[in-house]
Amino acid sequence: MFENILFAMVRTGTPLLLVALGAMMSERAGVLNLGQEGMILVGAACGFIAAYAGSSLGWGVLAAVISGVVVSLLFAFIALTLISNQVATGLALTIFGTGLSAFLGAGYVGQTITGFNTVKIPLLGDIPLIGKALFEQDLLVYLAFALFAAVFVVMRYTRLGLIIRAVGENPDVAHALGYKVMRVRYGAVMFGGAMAGLAGAYLSLAYTPMWSEGIAAGRGWIALALVVFASWRTERILLGAWLFGFASILHLLLQGYGYEISPNLLAMLPYVVTIVVLVLMMYRQQNQGLFAPRSLGQPWHSPK
Amino acid sequence: MRIEKRLQDSRAMMYLSPLLALLLTLVSGALLFALLGRPPLGSLYTFFIAPISDLYGLSELAVKVTPLLLCAIGLTLCFKAKIWNIGAEGQFVFGALVGGAVTLQLADSEGVWVLPVIIASGALAGLVWAGIAALLLTRFNANEILTTIMLNYIAVNLLLWGVHGPLKDPEGLNFPESALFASQTLLPVLFEDYRVSIAIFIALFMLVVIWVVLTRTLLGFQLRVMGENHNAARFAGFNGKKLIWLLLLFSGAMAGIAAISETNGPVGQLIPTLSLGYGYAAIIVVFMGRMHPLGILLASCLLGLTYLGGEMAQIDQGLPKSITGLFQGMLLFYLLACDLLISYRLVPGSNPTIKEHKV
Repeated sequence: MFENILFAMVRTGTPLLLVALGAMMSERAGVLNLGQEGMILVGAACGFIAAYAGSSLGWGVLAAVISGVVVSLLFAFIALTLISNQVATGLALTIFGTGLSAFLGAGYVGQTITGFNTVKIPLLGDIPLIGKALFEQDLLVYLAFALFAAVFVVMRYTRLGLIIRAVGENPDVAHALGYKVMRVRYGAVMFGGAMAGLAGAYLSLAYTPMWSEGIAAGRGWIALALVVFASWRTERILLGAWLFGFASILHLLLQGYGYEISPNLLAMLPYVVTIVVLVLMMYRQQNQGLFAPRSLGQPWHSPK
Repeated sequence: MRIEKRLQDSRAMMYLSPLLALLLTLVSGALLFALLGRPPLGSLYTFFIAPISDLYGLSELAVKVTPLLLCAIGLTLCFKAKIWNIGAEGQFVFGALVGGAVTLQLADSEGVWVLPVIIASGALAGLVWAGIAALLLTRFNANEILTTIMLNYIAVNLLLWGVHGPLKDPEGLNFPESALFASQTLLPVLFEDYRVSIAIFIALFMLVVIWVVLTRTLLGFQLRVMGENHNAARFAGFNGKKLIWLLLLFSGAMAGIAAISETNGPVGQLIPTLSLGYGYAAIIVVFMGRMHPLGILLASCLLGLTYLGGEMAQIDQGLPKSITGLFQGMLLFYLLACDLLISYRLVPGSNPTIKEHKV
């Protein structure tokens, strides 16, 4: 029972982990991209279409990542180069991505493919309790773990991580020191796009191998809340993703104990939990300015 | 080409940039149709002109404009004060759910009070839903963008629960829909054979109200100051929290009335896909309309047209209806891009630093 719950928790948390890692990266560089939901949807649609047409999951993942990057470039160009309001531009990206993915995927509703299978890692997979959750998952979950480790190392131990943080804290100083603020911000946004695209691929190729309109179901927004919850720190993002994963599968537990609740009411749980967590975080810190990158959401362009 | 800050924002570009955005959307739309192997100009005609080429089409436009305008009226005030209420969608859906429940209760009631009670219940429900976000923002400082979005998803799930459960039509062949609303609970239509109801007058009336508020009252001044600078507002002694409450509650009530204009108007029952994304499209209306009452009236006509065009493209050309969302997203993207020209201008040349060194 608990083994299965942990397993489902990690699976459900994986798309959140991926999106939140990408969103955190762009926020650390000072860019607030509220378009995560749109990027996931485009990634999920393109990933499914490519996997279906090319009958290969690999192509699907690649297409999802590339499409995520392409739409994130739209955002980056308008928000960074054309110095628009980042809140509005992110919303635009979500509205656009929702429409585009529904449009592209319209012909694929109801189609099925064989999604990613779980791969058991010998020995490790036999560890009681956590073995199944951590070492008997599909390849994309392992990829998510690897990406988590990579982001953790980059942000904490490398010069690149330092530069990204400098750009997010004070772009003027970073610019004066000779760092390419624009290039770093573009890079961070594109990384966010790739991660959201990958999360989309996870949804439409592994989690529920199919395409349906609005398949992301608000995960992009939950991931954004997750970044706040994690105070922009990588290790907390992993814990947060699992916490939210747990909240989403709470009904399995409840059903296990014999509670009968309407599935529609249960579907509300992750959103309720998100609000509760946001409130608790804000209440504790009183003001999120303590942890948020200083220049988050503020337009910047290179001084002449 | 490089961009250079203008000494003063350009008023002309303020009005021209929505038009430029529309033009760019039309060009992109033509390209999109060409890519899909459809005749570009003919398809644009089908999308943007054919739907409103007769009286019925125009009345249908008014049907779509009503909820858009009502939602946008509330959002305009919020956005002016830089309160990012993204929750009109949820306030709309919750308003529909509660208003629908009340309507079903009143199925056998007669009297002039029935409709006002229904409208008030929708408004009140929207108000309560927005009130949650107001409470979370003022009391706990929880980011209103995220809370209102979460409330949108919660409201949609509540509606689904309603139409699958307690509000499901017992004689409805197990479809997740409520019973059809009784005729005396429906908003009166303006003309026979057309679906446009008196709700359009409520929307237009409220539009005048916010125009007066914005231009003629201290409240309008306060929320403009708050939008410009939260600190200045505090120094001036404005009660920020009270303003936040007021704006969010008002905006929620407007979205709730918008919901009644749909459920007790053209739809006539509760269905899962009640809102066609009016709450989100209203955000585009507000930006396109420059947060000005006349502007949002024009912009809601344009956005309303994208819904009709999407339906027409589906019927006429077999394109997915979701092309509506695509056009709406493009419009907002182009608008934000064009808005660069309000405070910046494009200058030819590429290397300004050399020139500066000579000076």
